[in-house]
Amino acid sequence: MNTRSHYDVVIIGAGMAGLAAGIRLAHFGRQVCIFERHNAVGGLNGFYSRDGRRYDVGLHALTNYVPPGVKGTPLTKLLRQLRIDRDDFALRGQLGSRIAFGPGIADLRFTNDFPVLEAEVARAFPAQIDGFRTLVAAVRAHDEVSLDAAPASAREVVRRHLSDPLLEDMLFCPVMFYGSATERDMDFSQFVILFKALFLEGFARPAEGVRRILRVLLAKYREAGGERRMKCGVRRIVLRNGRAAGVELDDGAVITADHVLSSAGAPETESLLSAGGLPTPRPTAPGRLSFLETITVLDRPPAALGWSGDTIVFFNEGRRFDYACPEAPADVRSGVICLPNNFAYEPEEALREGWFRVTALARPEDWAAWPEPEYRARKQEWFAAVQASARRFLPPVADADLAAATVATDMFTPRTITRFTGHQRGAVYGSGVKHRRGLTAAPNVYLCGTDQGFLGIVGAMLSGISMANHHILQRG
Amino acid sequence: MTKDECKKVVLDIIADIAPDEDLTNVRPEVRLRDQLQLDSMDFLDIVMELRKRHGIEVPEADYLQLASLDSCAEYLTPKFNALPAKG
Repeated sequence: MNTRSHYDVVIIGAGMAGLAAGIRLAHFGRQVCIFERHNAVGGLNGFYSRDGRRYDVGLHALTNYVPPGVKGTPLTKLLRQLRIDRDDFALRGQLGSRIAFGPGIADLRFTNDFPVLEAEVARAFPAQIDGFRTLVAAVRAHDEVSLDAAPASAREVVRRHLSDPLLEDMLFCPVMFYGSATERDMDFSQFVILFKALFLEGFARPAEGVRRILRVLLAKYREAGGERRMKCGVRRIVLRNGRAAGVELDDGAVITADHVLSSAGAPETESLLSAGGLPTPRPTAPGRLSFLETITVLDRPPAALGWSGDTIVFFNEGRRFDYACPEAPADVRSGVICLPNNFAYEPEEALREGWFRVTALARPEDWAAWPEPEYRARKQEWFAAVQASARRFLPPVADADLAAATVATDMFTPRTITRFTGHQRGAVYGSGVKHRRGLTAAPNVYLCGTDQGFLGIVGAMLSGISMANHHILQRG
Repeated sequence: MTKDECKKVVLDIIADIAPDEDLTNVRPEVRLRDQLQLDSMDFLDIVMELRKRHGIEVPEADYLQLASLDSCAEYLTPKFNALPAKG
């Protein structure tokens, strides 16, 4: 029973960032407790069960994947910092992914072997290949994790190297879908983090999905002596003389702490400080980007329908890619298809059922406002529209064949995301403004997680690690 | 504690922090950074593990003393021997 009323460190949120920070702090002897409002861990990268089936939320693939022996990348740093054996994550590499514009305008294939993408660019855009190579050199040379990098427009930097807007948008499409919290353009450091994570490193997945990763993190955290309390949200940060004295929980109990590390998001943490009487002078605006996802469970692997070669497909209708909050409940013109069966699993790991997931941009206000019956009706309507749009970019399958193979469907929306993550407006990638140093209006309250600015699930864990190191452990 | 025992303590810590490094042929006189892939996060972990496991404090100004196994032994052995006896 976790009943202490004082901790060295209180962590808000049991997502990837909070768990990773907790492991570090507990390992080095800090009394630490994670408070999570939801009944499940994982936050944006969680899972839920329905009709005996477990669905992943968020995770299509772990990005930043490098094979054993490659060192000095975010995945290796993460494993070392958390003392996790890479075999414990049981990561299996992707079969191959694709950026598809059109349908039929241009396709670029990529794998966990970067030269494949380079050759594809040379094939489809021969006049751009030199520029592409200088762009890649600039990406490799950039220190994207510096806590003090000056902001720069990624579009401007990329245009110094590439003159074909089609190739530019084809590269931005996966990069933005997998992590941009800002519309149409992004900070160059964010672009570099994602370009490396997606293209220079790669995609992998444990056969069990995100549960495997969460289980390993929880076991480490428990072994190290960390505590957690579930269904136990923080409703305000209690302040004394401008510093956090602790947190007040949803049930009114007060827990005191020397430090508070919040993975709730920047605007959300500012609200908790405000509720405690410390307003933030220039509050962070909530993000504008949210998503919905259709999930189709099949009685056979996607390969049996002819969908064998693709792990992830980033698709876009036409030549120009518009990454922005849609002016309708969803924007079906572009999206991300994920076929979780198409990773290089060991034979005995093969998934029992087939999975076909499609993510698309969504406007959160609509999904948040509809009363339950309308919400359910709209889900059905948009499910069909999103799935139909995505299928234009896959080998054709007759509607009747797909229907016959379908055993279950589900869908999550910005409403679901808000429920799982507490992010205002269902903002998956958090606020458009990142706080690299993790500082807030209170000197002993720090941010970690998506609003600190490292991206993807490896980035989220590294964010928790770096903030725990920087603000707490290195101060002795 | 002898200097060789001290080197063993440091190597044990590195083995736990970086199990993907081959430590069988680490040369004591060569900088660790030049023969292993250890970054600043890893060096900080060596410092923190020394504190956690052995109660040894290494102030930031002295981090350079941990560059090689030999320099670690020179610097840390007296610190180990100055620890109050366990009991």
